[in-house]
Amino acid sequence: MGIEIVGVNKSFGDFVALSDIDLSIPSGGLTALLGPSGGGKSTLLRIIAGLETADSGTIEIEGQDTTNVPAQRRNVGFVFQHYAAFKHMSVAKNVAFGLEIRKRPKAEIARRVEELLELVHLEQFAHRLPAQLSGGQRQRMALARALAIEPSVLLLDEPFGALDAKVRKELRDWLRRLHDEVHVTTVFVTHDQEEALEVADTIVVINDGRIEQVGTPDDLYDKPASDFVLSFLGPVTTLGDRLIRPHDIEISRVEQAAVVDGPITRWTRVGFEIRLEVTPTDARYAPVQVSVTRTEAHALGLHPGDHVWLRPAVGAQSVVSA
Amino acid sequence: MTDLLTSPSGTTRRRRPRRSASTLTRPAAIGLGVGVTWFSILVLIPLALISFQAAGGGWGVFVETLGNPQTASAIGLTVRQALLVTLVNVVMGTLIAWVLVRDQFWGKRALETIIDIPFALPTIVAGLVLLSLYGPESPLGVDVSNTSHSVFLALLFVTLPFVVRAVQPVLMELEPEVEEAAASLGASTFTTWRRIILPSLAPSIASGATLSFARGISEYGSLVLLSGNLPFESEVASVRIFTYVENDNPAAASAVAVILLAVALAAIVTLNLISRRVARHG
Repeated sequence: MGIEIVGVNKSFGDFVALSDIDLSIPSGGLTALLGPSGGGKSTLLRIIAGLETADSGTIEIEGQDTTNVPAQRRNVGFVFQHYAAFKHMSVAKNVAFGLEIRKRPKAEIARRVEELLELVHLEQFAHRLPAQLSGGQRQRMALARALAIEPSVLLLDEPFGALDAKVRKELRDWLRRLHDEVHVTTVFVTHDQEEALEVADTIVVINDGRIEQVGTPDDLYDKPASDFVLSFLGPVTTLGDRLIRPHDIEISRVEQAAVVDGPITRWTRVGFEIRLEVTPTDARYAPVQVSVTRTEAHALGLHPGDHVWLRPAVGAQSVVSA
Repeated sequence: MTDLLTSPSGTTRRRRPRRSASTLTRPAAIGLGVGVTWFSILVLIPLALISFQAAGGGWGVFVETLGNPQTASAIGLTVRQALLVTLVNVVMGTLIAWVLVRDQFWGKRALETIIDIPFALPTIVAGLVLLSLYGPESPLGVDVSNTSHSVFLALLFVTLPFVVRAVQPVLMELEPEVEEAAASLGASTFTTWRRIILPSLAPSIASGATLSFARGISEYGSLVLLSGNLPFESEVASVRIFTYVENDNPAAASAVAVILLAVALAAIVTLNLISRRVARHG
């Protein structure tokens, strides 16, 4: 159940957007398709929605083969990055659109629209035009519009991509809570690993038209299947011949068993965090990025120029660098 | 539209100074002055003069002029043909604009340029072209000269670009995503057209149609050669005005002119109202 994708291929001319995608997305979950721009994640989402057709392969939504069903009859809610608001209609009319198409009775539509606007906290904006709303409000309207048709799956294509950082964070938390309330199978596309880690139950990492790894946020972060996944999910640095997260490095001012040692050659303070660059004395190794909190740096008595010894912290994840 | 967008934000924004307190800076005032003077010299004063001339003869001149069956028939023909042509343009112009914006094909750039030719061509040249193509010596075997069809044809030719050029930029601004959103909500292609695309295009279609109609009722150069100006058959209002002037009857000429002006004004207002209605009720 949920969404079953089998053997999907898609090319645009010479460009292979998706190659041999097999994926099963659980019912009722909140799944993120994560990857760099141009990696094929949006194409996959659009194929699920029927806005794009796969060159080969099949799509099944809630046990029903929808490969050849047009977008109009897939009962899929779709939210676009740039809202795709119906500009000449009021907020309420936008939300009512799908229900009017389905010829529901007027009273029922009015009731449902009111419910939905309440759900997305736009009740007092019902009679405004989309142009009179902020970006975040417009996107919430788009969400209510997509939810109005009681879709079997809700698909969001970079839903917060056009918003500024603060609103993005608010909407992210809000989407998580909304999903806990509504429980519709939800898939969203993002290139922001923080967004995926914070919101999703399951993350699908897509790169170059292929699936790199599927798993829970913890799985992906703790057991990355490849150096791509490791480096995409957060900052990485090379310690000796392994890739490791900068905050997983143990740093010491006194000589100890270490992978590399050398002076601190750069010191950048970002809020609570201090990012150091250590240039190993052994010239075979590249400079190492280390991240410590301000308190740690204080406790260790670190200063720019100090000679330090570095080794992986206990339990740190690392991958042999390619 | 604009007042809708800006006015009811109703938040804690400080009250703006009252309208009457002028916000004109010196350069803006000079600009406004020059604009109004220019507009007056070119448009307002001649218009006022025409109306004055027509009114100078009192109602009698109007009644007499309109009572002249030849004049009445010419005005009727002009308005009828202009309406018909505008209707055709609304459909064909929108269609051509759609093709030019949405479809990729060989020769698109060339077509894009050719569309403007009726604008660029001196109208009398257009008349000559039409005469040689659809006149008595037509290589196509189609002779519409000296009939009301010739008026229709000439008007079609000169008004072709209006709706196309009005609709095109608006269509380019229309995001395809909006149509996809409508589709994913279950709307058929037709419903998407009627409820999403058409309301967005309505104002531009209306402005194109207004221009096309106005040009239609005033056209002279392109149709005189082909139409033959036969009374009760192919004589249009502008030819009538010309005849009145030649026969030294400026009051009657002005009367016809004022009637055309009134018709144009009525058309502008009606089309504006229709487009607002369509845009509102998507």
